[in-house]
Amino acid sequence: MKVRIHVSLKPGVLDPQGRAVHHALEGLGFSGVEDVRVGRLIELEVADDTTDGQLEDMCRKLLANTVIENFRIETMETA
Amino acid sequence: MAFRGAVITFPGSNCDRDMAVALEKVSGVPALRVWHGDAELPDAVDFVAVPGGFSYGDYLRCGAIASRSPIMRAVIAAAERGVPVLGVCNGFQVLTESGLLPGALMRNAQLNFICRTAPLRVENNRSLFTAGYDQGQEIALPVAHHDGNYFADEDTLDRLEGEGRVAFRYLDTCNGSRRDIAGILNARGNVLGLMPHPERAIEVDHGGTDGRVLFESAVKGLVAA
Repeated sequence: MKVRIHVSLKPGVLDPQGRAVHHALEGLGFSGVEDVRVGRLIELEVADDTTDGQLEDMCRKLLANTVIENFRIETMETA
Repeated sequence: MAFRGAVITFPGSNCDRDMAVALEKVSGVPALRVWHGDAELPDAVDFVAVPGGFSYGDYLRCGAIASRSPIMRAVIAAAERGVPVLGVCNGFQVLTESGLLPGALMRNAQLNFICRTAPLRVENNRSLFTAGYDQGQEIALPVAHHDGNYFADEDTLDRLEGEGRVAFRYLDTCNGSRRDIAGILNARGNVLGLMPHPERAIEVDHGGTDGRVLFESAVKGLVAA
């Protein structure tokens, strides 16, 4: 089973990288960009019987730093 | 009592030798060297240093992988027994990632790697690590980091300030750290993490000796104990 872990900075945590990307987009002439936040996408290939609880545990213990980051687990159906 | 200090080395550590030299110069005893894959610290260690560098290439997040390595379980257990633990730069990141210290160290606000001498103020001279400084003393230590921007939520910051756990503060805006925090202590006072490098300021030839005081304080405090 394929799992995608989306890690993003919590609201209220300043994102210097997002701000720099925002500036660069404006420099390229893209107007109307209100905000940019840079996150991380982690793709896992796990055993089909892996539980949501185990995936959450992986996120809390390693994949995300919950002091500053939120995570969202997306389970992909295997074709 | 002879001082027994240990320095941890992770793959990618690069300030471990400087740390070992600093401990030896100040204590007169060679530092024990410990590899990240070791499951145990040497017997009767009374000081553990987690050095700077780029452990595991800063993969995932700075300090994240190192903080889950076998030796860190032993370091966390030692810290919980009251053994003093010092984390410098990447070592500070490892200590926050391991949960020994609150908060997190994020990319510098200006996105640049900062490598210079930073003026600091000693905010708490009542800890084992800072007893040799005067309260409020202004010192200068080298900083060299890309991810030293200290973040914690407002409640945590207020608690750190209220409990005197901010050990060092930048005198200028260094990296965007909340409240210009450069170094913090745990609640018990036996774990210190800081971004500046005291081990790079222990001899006149380094350009300053303000870092030496930190090691002298710890060695004196431990040998007297």
